[in-house]
Amino acid sequence: MAVEPANRFESVQQVREGLKSVNYLADEGIAGVAFLADRLGKPVLVEGPAGTGKTQLAKSIAEMTGARLIRLQCYEGLDESKALYEWNYKKQLLRIQADRTSDSWSEVHDDIFSDEFLLTRPLLEAITAPDPVVLLIDEVDRVEVETEALLLEILSDYQVSIPELGTIEAKQIPLVFLTSNNTRELSEALKRRCLYLHVDYPSMEREKEIVLTKVPGVTEHLADQVSRIVRSIRMLDLKKSPSVSETLDWARTLLLLNIDTIDEQTAKETLHILLKYQTDIAKAAKELSVD
Amino acid sequence: MSAAAAPQKSMLDLLNGFVAELRNAGLPVSLTENLDAMEAVQHIPIEDREAFKYALGATLIKNNSHWRAFETVFEVYFSLRGPEYRLADADASAIDELWREMQEQQAEENRGASGSMDALTPEEIAQMLMQALLNADQAMMRALAKQSVQRFAGMEPGRPVGGTYYLYRTLRNLDLDGMLDKLMEQAAQDAGGELTHLEERLERDEFEHRIDEFKKEIEAEIRRRLVADRGVEAMAKTLRKPLPEDVEFMHASRDEMQSLKKALQPLTRKLAARLARKRKHGRKGPLDFRNTVRHSLSYGGVPAEPKFKYPRPAKPELMVIADISGSVAAFARFTLMLVYAMQGQFSKVRSFVFIDGIDEVTEFFKSTEDIQEAIHRVNTEADVVWVDGHSDYGHAFEVFWERYGKDVGPKTTVLLLGDARNNYHASQSWVVREIRQKARHVYWLNPEPRSYWNTGDSIVGDYGNHTDGVFECRNLRQLEAFVEKLA
Ligand SMILES: Nc1ncnc2c1ncn2[C@@H]1O[C@H](COP(=O)(O)OP(=O)(O)O)[C@@H](O)[C@H]1O
Ligand SMILES: [Mg+2]
Repeated sequence: MAVEPANRFESVQQVREGLKSVNYLADEGIAGVAFLADRLGKPVLVEGPAGTGKTQLAKSIAEMTGARLIRLQCYEGLDESKALYEWNYKKQLLRIQADRTSDSWSEVHDDIFSDEFLLTRPLLEAITAPDPVVLLIDEVDRVEVETEALLLEILSDYQVSIPELGTIEAKQIPLVFLTSNNTRELSEALKRRCLYLHVDYPSMEREKEIVLTKVPGVTEHLADQVSRIVRSIRMLDLKKSPSVSETLDWARTLLLLNIDTIDEQTAKETLHILLKYQTDIAKAAKELSVD
Repeated sequence: MSAAAAPQKSMLDLLNGFVAELRNAGLPVSLTENLDAMEAVQHIPIEDREAFKYALGATLIKNNSHWRAFETVFEVYFSLRGPEYRLADADASAIDELWREMQEQQAEENRGASGSMDALTPEEIAQMLMQALLNADQAMMRALAKQSVQRFAGMEPGRPVGGTYYLYRTLRNLDLDGMLDKLMEQAAQDAGGELTHLEERLERDEFEHRIDEFKKEIEAEIRRRLVADRGVEAMAKTLRKPLPEDVEFMHASRDEMQSLKKALQPLTRKLAARLARKRKHGRKGPLDFRNTVRHSLSYGGVPAEPKFKYPRPAKPELMVIADISGSVAAFARFTLMLVYAMQGQFSKVRSFVFIDGIDEVTEFFKSTEDIQEAIHRVNTEADVVWVDGHSDYGHAFEVFWERYGKDVGPKTTVLLLGDARNNYHASQSWVVREIRQKARHVYWLNPEPRSYWNTGDSIVGDYGNHTDGVFECRNLRQLEAFVEKLA
């Protein structure tokens, strides 16, 4: 490996407190793995249901360490030219035309395949950055399994090979987070290179803390009720359980409606904010007001 | 590579044994991952137990459905380490203190303030537990869990009984169900009378959660004592359990059913994605001339990028015929859930369930998006009993043929589900032969281990002769493999 890990954090406790100071509520697992990622200089693969704070984790780590966040949003069809680098063809063409008369071809060739004509994309940008960065490879389960191969070199060696330029090594090891909503199995090769963190729905206590931090003006009492009801709803057999973002939406709505105590009526009328499927809403309404 | 101190030898030994046991339990741990774990333990002190556990897990476990198996092994290997274990004395004094307080409160009926824990009657322990549960007092719950195990479990060194036995004995003395009722009464009282339904539900969920935590403390204490008595390796071996994908449908406990159900959803999602990809990127067909020429325009007319016609394999039409009697019911349910969760992969799905009578249940699945509810209706509403409610494949098949035989056609794939234990009734296997003549394929899925087939009243061979194959489907892994081939 080119460079030593940076030892950005003192302790697991410090990670947890640091995240809290930027309004991210981590548990011991999340804080422990983030700490370890820095110590071992390894990327973290964060997997779990949608809306549980996976993307936010990377953002918050960046914020707490004062690093720049570089994000690669994955999608079906993502390729090298969008993820790693691309040659600036237009500029290269102009250069060739401008120099048609004077320089020899080999000179021109060396010239147009130099840094100046290179368009860096997120992955390359992350390892060449002179300043501290956090690299977020978001929703990696969306790319085809073949495309994962593009990531492997960077994840294990923090380097990028460009045929025309050679190998570019990182000057520092960035913290790297990959997220996945688990819509498909990722390759073994990718998983082996990463630390694995499963982020699930938070405990009732942690969710309450999240509501208190993220919804200004919410009372302790309302936050408590919201997180209790959400917990009870998540215990039902549903097509889709409410995510943390939906909990937050719900709390915000209740606040706007000036509600401080949720009764059955209010719960029923606002359930559609927590739940997306009609069958789930019906089921929850029934469960919460059973005779 | 790292500045941290080299791990102590005892820690390395422990870790090696730990990783070996993970592998014994069926968890795939690669060499790199093992090395990562060895490095990880140098950075996070074991006293920081939760973080330590997650850090270790992060290096060794890359699949969430394996987490439980990991945790079990972790608890065994590291149960004698860490603060919980050492805090035993501190907890004991906390009990003493609370006990003294309670005694002072009831000074008038005081029976001579000895203050020692041994003097506690079971009723007094129950009373303290109620306080602890009401206040969600973690430390007290832990201390009481230890006390209860010591008192009630009757553990003796060298006794060859399992942890469940001790757990049962401890719980029997605690009457936690009665405790829940009392807690609910107390909650109602504190609220000044009646709780609304919603309030009651929330209180109940909260107390159940706390009682659950308490039970876990008891289990942990029993485990610690057993590990201390029998040693780590023996204990790990006793506790070894199959991974969710390897749990046998026919013998799954309630807990395992739960984890199976949880594993099913991500599995179907992945399976569907895989199949969709298979359809899309499938085998290349013949050259698509028009498409190639159209694309060649961007290469100045050079056909640089040949395009192929993708054959789109037709989606099969499925008929599932499932035995839902006793021991094979769980298997039938899982197969139906799986099939319906993936109905997009089939052009049409119809389902029939039987015991000795047969009934079509397709409508149950059509009228709701909720597979669980449909399954519930299958269990409660389907008309499947003809004479005595013992499986009669022969009669069920005959009736199927009579009523629905005309709907079997050359696009139909028929799945027959069951152990073919026919209670010595007539097999009527000619029905299967007839079905096969009309259908595209007929398969039989059997949840029994192959070695049991055709023993006793199993006549799977008799039916199997007329199918395109009989498949052993004892667990999710096998069922998944079959469905992937099918779609
Ligand atoms: N632990 C947490 N602390 C603070 N906010 C959280 C936490 N978990 C989730 N959130 C909030 O929930 C929302 C969804 O989080 P996000 O990271 O987008 O989810 P994911 O990437 O897992 O789909 C965001 O608004 C985020 O701020
Ligand atoms: Mg996200």
